[in-house]
Amino acid sequence: MKANYVIVGAGISGCSIAYNLAVKGIKDIVVLDKSYLTSGSTGRCGAGIRQQWGTKMNCLLAKGSIEFFEEAKETLGYDGDIEFKQEGYLIISANEEEDEQFEKNVFLQQSLGIPSRKITKDEAKKIVPHLNTDVIVGATFCPTDGHLNPFKMTDAYFQAAQRLGVKFYFNEEVKDIVVKNRKIKKVISTNLEIKTRNVINAAGGYAKEIGDMAGVDIPVYAENHEILVTEPVEKIQGPMVMSFAKNLYCQQVPHGSFIMGRSNPDVLHNHSNESTWQFLDEMSKTVCEILPVVGNLRVVRQWGGSYTMSPDRQPIIGGTEDLKGFYLACGFSGHGFMFAPMTGILLSQIILKQKTMIDISDLQLNRFKNKQVFTYEKSVV
Amino acid sequence: MNKKDMIICRCEDVTLQDIHDLMDQGYTSVEELKRILRIGMGPCQGNTCGQLVQREVSKYLNVKLEEVKTYKVRPLTTGVKLNSIKEGANHES
Ligand SMILES: Cc1cc2nc3c(=O)[nH]c(=O)nc-3n(C[C@H](O)[C@H](O)[C@H](O)COP(=O)(O)OP(=O)(O)OC[C@H]3O[C@@H](n4cnc5c(N)ncnc54)[C@H](O)[C@@H]3O)c2cc1C
Repeated sequence: MKANYVIVGAGISGCSIAYNLAVKGIKDIVVLDKSYLTSGSTGRCGAGIRQQWGTKMNCLLAKGSIEFFEEAKETLGYDGDIEFKQEGYLIISANEEEDEQFEKNVFLQQSLGIPSRKITKDEAKKIVPHLNTDVIVGATFCPTDGHLNPFKMTDAYFQAAQRLGVKFYFNEEVKDIVVKNRKIKKVISTNLEIKTRNVINAAGGYAKEIGDMAGVDIPVYAENHEILVTEPVEKIQGPMVMSFAKNLYCQQVPHGSFIMGRSNPDVLHNHSNESTWQFLDEMSKTVCEILPVVGNLRVVRQWGGSYTMSPDRQPIIGGTEDLKGFYLACGFSGHGFMFAPMTGILLSQIILKQKTMIDISDLQLNRFKNKQVFTYEKSVV
Repeated sequence: MNKKDMIICRCEDVTLQDIHDLMDQGYTSVEELKRILRIGMGPCQGNTCGQLVQREVSKYLNVKLEEVKTYKVRPLTTGVKLNSIKEGANHES
């Protein structure tokens, strides 16, 4: 079998890239996934989308993507409901230092046309009445941030890509990428051997392993992040509530349930997706302090998924110097769902040698060469 | 009885028709059906519908029941209030 492009991974990134290449007229695109659609981080994520970032690049990726999400149902011609909700992110500052940083972040965001603003405790309380303002200093709010159903959004890309002729193969694990004289020859998976010159690595937590198969070193690693969901209840909370210092994000999704997560600073670097009681303990303490009424809800399920961390906590989107035809969309560091529309647009522009929508020299793999110390995005949970 | 009237997942009100419609579109693994329809994601966590869905998939694909993988079982086994977990955690430390 032959293909023009082989995409490894049918998460939101792989599906978005497939769609964007196909819509530009590229034929013979094959997507391989070792499991089912959204089986990786995409089907495990919080699916929040926000533009309130601390680096210019992240702000621009998020802003461009939200513009796409706003029209996604029509653009992709999706029959189902992507459950898009745009009721903002309320990001609370828990100490003076954080509050000062937020001042700077909002300045940056506004300079890029993002409608975020710095607000007082009282204003925050009006937006989320059950917020415990005793433990906060201030907050920032951006009304156009929000949330989507990650399965449906990926399915929308998947179906649109299929209609444009992209072939998807599930339960097909990529085992090897054969390279000769610095050129890609073929991809070998569970049941297939595909002759191709171009491979796009959108393998999420396994991006490093796929890089190794092609002989390209990608400095990313996976770490487990846990999350839980409660029983559904009537709507009481519009925006996502988030705190970096308190280590929490918590959102009521349109279906009525609350989803919430936090990070474990001691987490190991591996592919674990396990659920722990330690997470449940810490999560319940945190959420009961900041959003006390949420404490009355029953947890129905918890799970884990990978964040794929890059050294500067920003994604790697682009080609590689050492291997022609090998492209990367990985290292999203816990926020690749919300960037996926831009990931697909930008990578397809790079592949087709078109002018990219924004300057993305900062997202190239070679930025890590000979570099040990990084200033990185701190606005992450 | 009409497939539209046969409720398979009581937590999320999913009918046999919903499941067949999706299988006709090509979503024939229990995990995919779960993600799109929320079957198995409600308060009972698939205790009621899990086996019914497994049987439907097996009939549809014409494979043995034991060859159809069911949902991954996730904690908790029963809903517990966040407040209670917090109190439990405070007692321990
Ligand atoms: C708990 C949690 C909460 C999150 N919350 C948010 C959020 O609120 N907002 C946000 O934007 N992001 C969030 N994220 C991050 C987000 O989930 C990821 O950045 C995003 O889903 C990455 O998508 P992807 O398509 O690149 O990777 P994945 O979805 O991981 O897809 C990679 C695919 O590659 C396949 N694959 C791997 N190896 C192989 C192989 N050898 N052969 C074939 N296929 C292979 C896998 O099966 C998988 O389907 C969260 C993540 C977690 C874990």
